[in-house]
Amino acid sequence: MNALEVKNLVKDYGNTKAVKGISFDIAEGEIFGLIGPNGAGKTTTLRLVATLLEITSGSIKVFGIDAVKDPAGVRKIISYLPEEAGAYKNLKGRQYLEFIANFFGDGKEKEEILRRGVQIAGLGQRLDDKIERYSKGMLRRLVVARALMVEPRLAILDEPTAGLDVLHAQEIRRIIKDFVRSGRAVLLSSHNMLEVEFLCDRVALISEGMIVERGTPQGLKERYKRPNLEEVFVEVVG
Amino acid sequence: MLNIIKKEIRELLTPASIASMVVVAVIFALVGQMVGSPMNEITEKPSIGVVNQDEGLFSQTAIAVINENAEVLYLGEDRDAGWEKVQEKGIALLVIPEDFSSSILEGRPARIEVNWLLKGTGLMDNISSVAVTGLIQMINTSISEELISGGIEIPPEVALSPVGLSETVFLKDKVIPGVSPEALSGLLISQSVTIPIVIMMMVIMAGSTVISSMGLEKESKTLETLLSLPIRRRDIVIGKLAGSAAVGLIMAVIYMLGFNYYMESLTVSSSIDLGALGLSLGMGDYLLVGLSILLSLFAGLALCLLIGTFARDYKNAQTLIFPVTILAMVPMFLVMFKDFGTLSLLLQVILFIIPFSHPMMAMRALMFDNYVLVIGGIAYLAVFSIAITLVLTKIFSSDRLLVGWSWPKRGAKA
Ligand SMILES: Nc1ncnc2c1ncn2[C@@H]1O[C@H](COP(=O)(O)OP(=O)(O)OP(=O)(O)O)[C@@H](O)[C@H]1O
Ligand SMILES: [Mg+2]
Repeated sequence: MNALEVKNLVKDYGNTKAVKGISFDIAEGEIFGLIGPNGAGKTTTLRLVATLLEITSGSIKVFGIDAVKDPAGVRKIISYLPEEAGAYKNLKGRQYLEFIANFFGDGKEKEEILRRGVQIAGLGQRLDDKIERYSKGMLRRLVVARALMVEPRLAILDEPTAGLDVLHAQEIRRIIKDFVRSGRAVLLSSHNMLEVEFLCDRVALISEGMIVERGTPQGLKERYKRPNLEEVFVEVVG
Repeated sequence: MLNIIKKEIRELLTPASIASMVVVAVIFALVGQMVGSPMNEITEKPSIGVVNQDEGLFSQTAIAVINENAEVLYLGEDRDAGWEKVQEKGIALLVIPEDFSSSILEGRPARIEVNWLLKGTGLMDNISSVAVTGLIQMINTSISEELISGGIEIPPEVALSPVGLSETVFLKDKVIPGVSPEALSGLLISQSVTIPIVIMMMVIMAGSTVISSMGLEKESKTLETLLSLPIRRRDIVIGKLAGSAAVGLIMAVIYMLGFNYYMESLTVSSSIDLGALGLSLGMGDYLLVGLSILLSLFAGLALCLLIGTFARDYKNAQTLIFPVTILAMVPMFLVMFKDFGTLSLLLQVILFIIPFSHPMMAMRALMFDNYVLVIGGIAYLAVFSIAITLVLTKIFSSDRLLVGWSWPKRGAKA
């Protein structure tokens, strides 16, 4: 079974057509990247998959569950990380993770989720600080931990490493790579082509709401005879 | 720097915020007028009825003074006929007893019976009584002058103050002897002032937390996170409402304690107790009041959450608090100054529709056994709460919260 099947997906915001009929699917164990210029429709697509937006037309199936007919069912097996996500500032980092863990289990199960969260966040002592005192990167690590600690079958990550320093971005990438083993899948968007090359098994390049190119990073580089994905991006979109 | 100032002003001075400021100004003007008008009433002549059962000399003096300084609706010997006239548009029926003149001549102070017809216990409902009390004072002076200039030999303290008054208040179907309207309203001050103020503060504080928390949740994208979690939409709505209702109640209790303390330090403890007047509340009454407060808080917060769904961000949310403030202040002023029963039909309808009015009115209504108003209000609040909660659940199930409320041609980015 595919982890995600998106068919002819269309989303209009009033008169703005943000997504104009895109189709792709993600296999289990796969990391799939959406790349494209600002305003291309990446976030819109991710929000549609996360059941946050109503679909104008087309269909989305997550592990066979229809996102329109059973959004609650989809929400049980996904985890969505918004771009520039915040957290409740008056809580401590640990309390925030606990708050989220409470929705997914209790007792031992919750403890296990929390333990993973603490480990992924890697904030050490600072986890017991108020979130309002966190730097941008610390906050990002906390919310990435929040998204991955519940071990969703499909993780939807909007620019997961934006704002992180090189070391921590690498750390998060490693975590995402580990995470995808054992039948899980990841759908992410990114502006960092190095990251996409390193992480993604396949990518789709979207521009103005349509997929204009797709393939493995290696395949795309070969097709356009370019040394890296960044130059492919410029050639296709520019 | 000018740029920054311009930006701030543009952000804070939206059509919505200007409109709400205008409304606040209008309300204050109206309240000023309402408070202003009873002051005029004092200088006007009070409308009263007079029953004279005394055939002596001094009653004639009294009546002369009354005729000059009051609008006399009835002058005769029949109590019932007089009371009927007063009920039409008067405020009191004065009765000069049979022994009025004779007791003065015998050196005992005489009494004029004042039967107050009180329509309500709001701050404005009883202010006109001052005019009548002043009238009695004038009668006192006139008779005193007559006694002294006539050289009639009676004890000096009686000569100086020959007339006293014995008061009875008729309020709705209660008869409360030995009380002046002022004393009664002083006694009921917690009903007419404390409760409306506490409820208003509770609503504004709890309501604004709900609205700004919606703004903040949108701004920091925690709402997006929350909506992507496996939680039922209804649970999110009810959770938010119940949480803020709890905070609201805690604040209300704190205010109530503080305010009671403040009031107690102001009012001299009165010798009249409400129980003796038949005005005390039973256990069931308190349950009704509690229910009314709880439901009104819930209804109010639901309304605030609904308003909050329009907030784009934290700052924008602040301006949306204004309408709630107004909705809380209007009933507070109305209830403080007037009884529900003495308001015009239009104001009654407005007061009934605003969910915050009901707990403000409940306790006073129950003292006078107006169960219809209280229970009707509770039923209305329940229906109101359920309706808004359903609407909210619908909104939370749609993508309105993230996409924003876009009207034709204008798409707001969530
Ligand atoms: N709430 C909204 N109302 C109207 N239009 C919107 C709304 N949200 C997004 N859009 C529009 O939809 C289009 C796609 O936006 P989207 O956020 O999906 O882009 P993106 O690819 O994520 O861009 P970025 O790289 O900048 O994050 C843009 O033209 C944007 O202006
Ligand atoms: Mg985006």
